[in-house]
Amino acid sequence: MYGEGSFAVQNDSVVKTFVVAAVLCLVCSIMVSTAAVQLRPVQEKNKLRDRHRNILAAMGLWSEGASVEDLFAEVQTKYVDLETGEYVEGIDPKEFSQKEAARDPERSIAIPSEIDSAGIKRRSKIAAVYLYPKTGGLEKVVLPVHGKGLWSTMYGYLALGADLDSVEGFSIYEHGETPGLGGEVDNPAWKAQWKGKQAFGPDGEVRIQVKKGVVDLSSKDSKYEVDGLSGATITSRGVTELLRFWLSENGFGPYLNRLRNEGRKTAYGQL
Amino acid sequence: MASSSKAKEALFSPIFSNNPIALQILGICSALAVTSKLETTLVMCAAVIFVTAFSNASVSLIRHQIPSSIRIIVQMTIIASLVIVVDQFLKAYAFELSKQMSVFVGLIITNCIVMGRAEGFAMKNPPGISFLDGFGNGLGYSVVLIFVGTLRELFGSGSLVGVKILPLARDGGWYASNGLMFLPPSAFFIIGIFIWILRSFRPEQVEEAH
Repeated sequence: MYGEGSFAVQNDSVVKTFVVAAVLCLVCSIMVSTAAVQLRPVQEKNKLRDRHRNILAAMGLWSEGASVEDLFAEVQTKYVDLETGEYVEGIDPKEFSQKEAARDPERSIAIPSEIDSAGIKRRSKIAAVYLYPKTGGLEKVVLPVHGKGLWSTMYGYLALGADLDSVEGFSIYEHGETPGLGGEVDNPAWKAQWKGKQAFGPDGEVRIQVKKGVVDLSSKDSKYEVDGLSGATITSRGVTELLRFWLSENGFGPYLNRLRNEGRKTAYGQL
Repeated sequence: MASSSKAKEALFSPIFSNNPIALQILGICSALAVTSKLETTLVMCAAVIFVTAFSNASVSLIRHQIPSSIRIIVQMTIIASLVIVVDQFLKAYAFELSKQMSVFVGLIITNCIVMGRAEGFAMKNPPGISFLDGFGNGLGYSVVLIFVGTLRELFGSGSLVGVKILPLARDGGWYASNGLMFLPPSAFFIIGIFIWILRSFRPEQVEEAH
């Protein structure tokens, strides 16, 4: 045994094995949890900035090297009651987390499994929306969406244009899909395809989808379709289903309807 | 005197004469994954140097206490804890890079160099020299990674650490970028060339033909 025979023999007793394992685990877990707890505030700040950057990217406002804080100052954050589609006042952006709200039975509702195409089981009663620009007519609105992929819940932003139909951009900012396959949902080249697509069909039904394979651009449906991710059928389907859920009556449907009915200008005037 | 030359050897021999990638052919997987840009390459190198150095030192410190039946798990636990700490630091202070490197920071745990040195060196040697051995092996790994990363970024993106060197044809320059360099397999070719050059200078590294 590594030239230290006498030690090795004593070390191999059952008691010693358990003691070494327990002490080692204790020391390592203290080290890991200290690092995690101490660094969390900085990490949270980074995450928030990253989310803002993704909102800006979905709107097509982001360019490399720009200041997230400056650009995001042009964006207005509002909170929507998803049931009624009305804005809710008095919510502190620093306190509000849709993720936490979705877990809290008080602030969320269960989604019956037959309509839960996104596979999220519960959703927050209130959701944030991001409007651009702050003053003047509404040009872009960003809706936060999420749903199940293959391994993970994917979180993203869908940006719609002023007609509330054309897609300005789509961006997944958090996921745990297989790197290189489903993980390509955050590939900029793939995301770039979303711009200019249409979310809704002529009768207001959700048509936007990720196709299996490559979209045939000559087909009349191509304006609703985005290329599938190769080797990632379930992730691709997950993206389609989560958009279907969040754009439907159970997601942002009432809000989008309200904006459409009131006319964009007036709706914006009431902000 | 003898100990200082031994320390020197532990630190510097892994760089060329006993390079973990080129001679021991360990740790190839991550050499493919993170080398398409030099920036991620450098961060990966720093992370691996830190982990190999400190895992070697910690394993060596407790080497007389480790029961041989669980020694691999003990080494693994130490390595994994160090890697998680590194990952947490990257998420806090180099968020963009850590997103680009995604799982590959975590995969340092499975990098054969780290465990290979812990089992092969640190279990038999005192902490000081084990630390140097780990540091040296991290450096040896870094030399190859930086070599690969430099070539891949230069000929793939026409830049180094994000600074334009070769103006790309698609931006109106003269250099048509080499698409192969974006793909992980290109690292195989470059590592092959590196080994070829190294063994031309040090023919004793060439394996005997069977």
